[in-house]
Amino acid sequence: MEKALSILIARLGKALFVVLGVVIINFMLVRMAPGDPATVLAGESGSSDPAYVEELRKEFGLDQPLPVQLGRYLWGVAHLDLGYSYRERLPVLDLILDRLPATLLLMSCAFVFALVFGVLFGVIASRARYAGRRTWLDSVLMTGSLLIYATPQFWLALLAILFFSLHLGWLPPYGMEQVGGNLSGWVRVGDIAHHLVLPTVSLGCFFMAVYARLTRASMLEVLGMDFIKTARAKGVPLGETIRRHALRNALLPVVTFAGIQLGQMAGGAVLTETVFGWPGIGRLMFDALMQRDYQLLLGVFLVTSTMVVVFNLLTDLVYRLIDPRIGRA
Amino acid sequence: MSIKLPLPTARLLKIAACSLALTVGVAAGAHAQTRGGTLRTIAQPEPPTLMLGLNQQTPTQYVAGKIYESLLTWSPDMKPQPSLARSWTISPDGKVYTFELQPNVKWHDGKPFSSDDVVFSIDKFLRTVHPRARVVIDQFVQSVKAQGPNKVVITLKEPFAPFLKSFVSDNMPMVPKHIYDGTDYAKNPANQTPVGTGPFMFKEWKKGAYIVLTRNPNYWQKGKPYLDEIVFNVIPDAASRAVAFERGDVQVVSAGDVDNVEIKRLRALPNVEYTTKGWEMFSKLAYIQMNQRRAPFNNVKVRQAIMEAINRKFVVNNIFFGLGKVATGPISSTTPFYDGNVPAYGYDIKKARALIKDSGVDPSATTIRILSYPYGATWDRLGEYTRQCLEQLGFKVEIESADAGTWAKRVSDFDFDLTFSFTSQYGDPALGVSRLYLARNQVKGSAFVNNQGYVNPGVDALWDKAAAATSDAERQQLYSNIQKTLVQEVANGYLFEMELPTLYSGKVHNLVQTAIGLNDTFADVYISK
Repeated sequence: MEKALSILIARLGKALFVVLGVVIINFMLVRMAPGDPATVLAGESGSSDPAYVEELRKEFGLDQPLPVQLGRYLWGVAHLDLGYSYRERLPVLDLILDRLPATLLLMSCAFVFALVFGVLFGVIASRARYAGRRTWLDSVLMTGSLLIYATPQFWLALLAILFFSLHLGWLPPYGMEQVGGNLSGWVRVGDIAHHLVLPTVSLGCFFMAVYARLTRASMLEVLGMDFIKTARAKGVPLGETIRRHALRNALLPVVTFAGIQLGQMAGGAVLTETVFGWPGIGRLMFDALMQRDYQLLLGVFLVTSTMVVVFNLLTDLVYRLIDPRIGRA
Repeated sequence: MSIKLPLPTARLLKIAACSLALTVGVAAGAHAQTRGGTLRTIAQPEPPTLMLGLNQQTPTQYVAGKIYESLLTWSPDMKPQPSLARSWTISPDGKVYTFELQPNVKWHDGKPFSSDDVVFSIDKFLRTVHPRARVVIDQFVQSVKAQGPNKVVITLKEPFAPFLKSFVSDNMPMVPKHIYDGTDYAKNPANQTPVGTGPFMFKEWKKGAYIVLTRNPNYWQKGKPYLDEIVFNVIPDAASRAVAFERGDVQVVSAGDVDNVEIKRLRALPNVEYTTKGWEMFSKLAYIQMNQRRAPFNNVKVRQAIMEAINRKFVVNNIFFGLGKVATGPISSTTPFYDGNVPAYGYDIKKARALIKDSGVDPSATTIRILSYPYGATWDRLGEYTRQCLEQLGFKVEIESADAGTWAKRVSDFDFDLTFSFTSQYGDPALGVSRLYLARNQVKGSAFVNNQGYVNPGVDALWDKAAAATSDAERQQLYSNIQKTLVQEVANGYLFEMELPTLYSGKVHNLVQTAIGLNDTFADVYISK
């Protein structure tokens, strides 16, 4: 127990350093892009005099030397003050907290969808291959996965909208809930779930394909091992062998990969949120980048990189749960 | 919230309403205006704020133009119409403007609107924060004074003919003094829940999802507006916006909401109306900016050759899907003082090559970098087409891509060879056109000034004279001369007058009625059953 705690503390310490590094690098990177929020804001107004642009720069603190700006930003972050959005004229933390739940909901649904169906398809395919029966199932599932893996997410999303929203009219094409519906309770939950189907499937499909192929490969490797042969020789039915012995071992690489890929999923969420008008932070990040809204952009980067660090930490912990040998090593 | 009336009263009211509607319908020979209903449309991109005094981006104007009003509004033929001012007079010397305000106007929070609000808006608020209005106010306005609660007198330092055209909601919105006076305007919490005098009040904004405006029951135009609510959906993807319109989830899509390639298909859907009206105040004109501080564009013959080498009809018809009209000069045909008799450039590649030969420039030794205009695929195609045209003249051409921030920065710093742009003309050459050509407007830091570095002191004198002249005939003559010179010297490469389509459900009526079209108040818009 003590050991686990000290490992956790060490990991958290490392994670803090990673986040600090990310903040500083991002701070430098966003300022390397040409243009600043004052130019973009003034440009949007159609015309403006340079005095106005200078006033905006002063207001945003952009007239200060870069190290001063960085120092102020870090001081703010240490006090949980992520700054003020020049463009939206609201505190960055408020803007992010307003959008974060939508992204977390979408990502967790897509993650669960991808993991459940990915592992399921991987197991079905490997079982068919291992048993030498219905091998066509293996071919169909793996070719399908390959196709989904190779298809751009946004294109899949657009096709899904055309088919399920426009042609069949089953699912809403955009938004998170019905506007002006004033729904509450379970009816509202149902409404959000209805809106969630298309974005979840679109975001999750790519990862589902990855997990399916990974599970299949890992399963076939484990199924070839001696302890499986022993179990089978002792008369354990195939289904039970897979469930109790093979899958648990085969899942280790899948869990590692899934944890690492959560960061990538956050990136994919930017596209999905754009196509489906999902009000999450992915879209907020894109807009902030286009408008050079430095503070907001840095805030979103900070939150997403913290999310990735936390996911990795959780992966480590889950890994230990699935395979107790790792904790003992 | 709904109010329940006793049955006989309700019935009587219904009968009265029906007979009134019938009378109006017969008189107008049109639909009777129907009260009620929700108009669903799109805000694209999502506006950063709804405080129109602080931000004038097109989507901000679209949404907040229903909340805030100015003293005047403008008819499609650019004639002033009453809004918060019911009448106005201009002194014979063109220096004193007197506005009589509408009586009994209330802010959305119930406080009365008065001449004090007008004085505060112009003299303090807009003078401090409005990027365009402050230039006019600082340069021309000597004093703004209230004479009683319903009268305002504005005295100018010198005559400025288009001054009245400043009074349009995005340029001079009236803001409440009791909320803003003595505060930090940019950080005032009221910016999140804007308070205006318009026919619709702010109700709800779920960032990233939708904005809802609700009917102002105390609007000063009795009986209006007709709609109960307006919902502006935020749908970031163009294809999804087209689907939303096709499914009937939204009833209006405006220019830029959907890709130009979709317009023809959506227009052919049943019960869909189409208009390109409602942009007269803006009259956007697209042009090529050639940096005249650099070779080879410092040579007027090269600029003329480029005009002869580009087939602008092809650009309009094939790249911009026919949504436009070839420009003849710097002033749009829908902007006052346009002169259609200016000698125009044709499409003549032989003439273009001859001009290059005369210029003494060796195109094979010259590389031109085209800075792409970062507003969608059609502009990228225009860049590629221009590249082919310049290559036909023998130039070496490279295309540099940029996002909006990079483009603005490089153009503001004069760091480009050739790029594209389009600007609004704001109903008068002195408001929207001269800023692109005056030599004193070559100032770094803004992308919409004289970035191309055109210098002609003679033309500068004409611009100043025309802005101060009070007779329309005199102004016309001066602007005609300016147009001839600018076209002859290719101060910019005039491409086309942009046509910006609006598509809407046939059940929606009175959508586009003024020179600012969709950005107006929607007080008269109604949905038939």
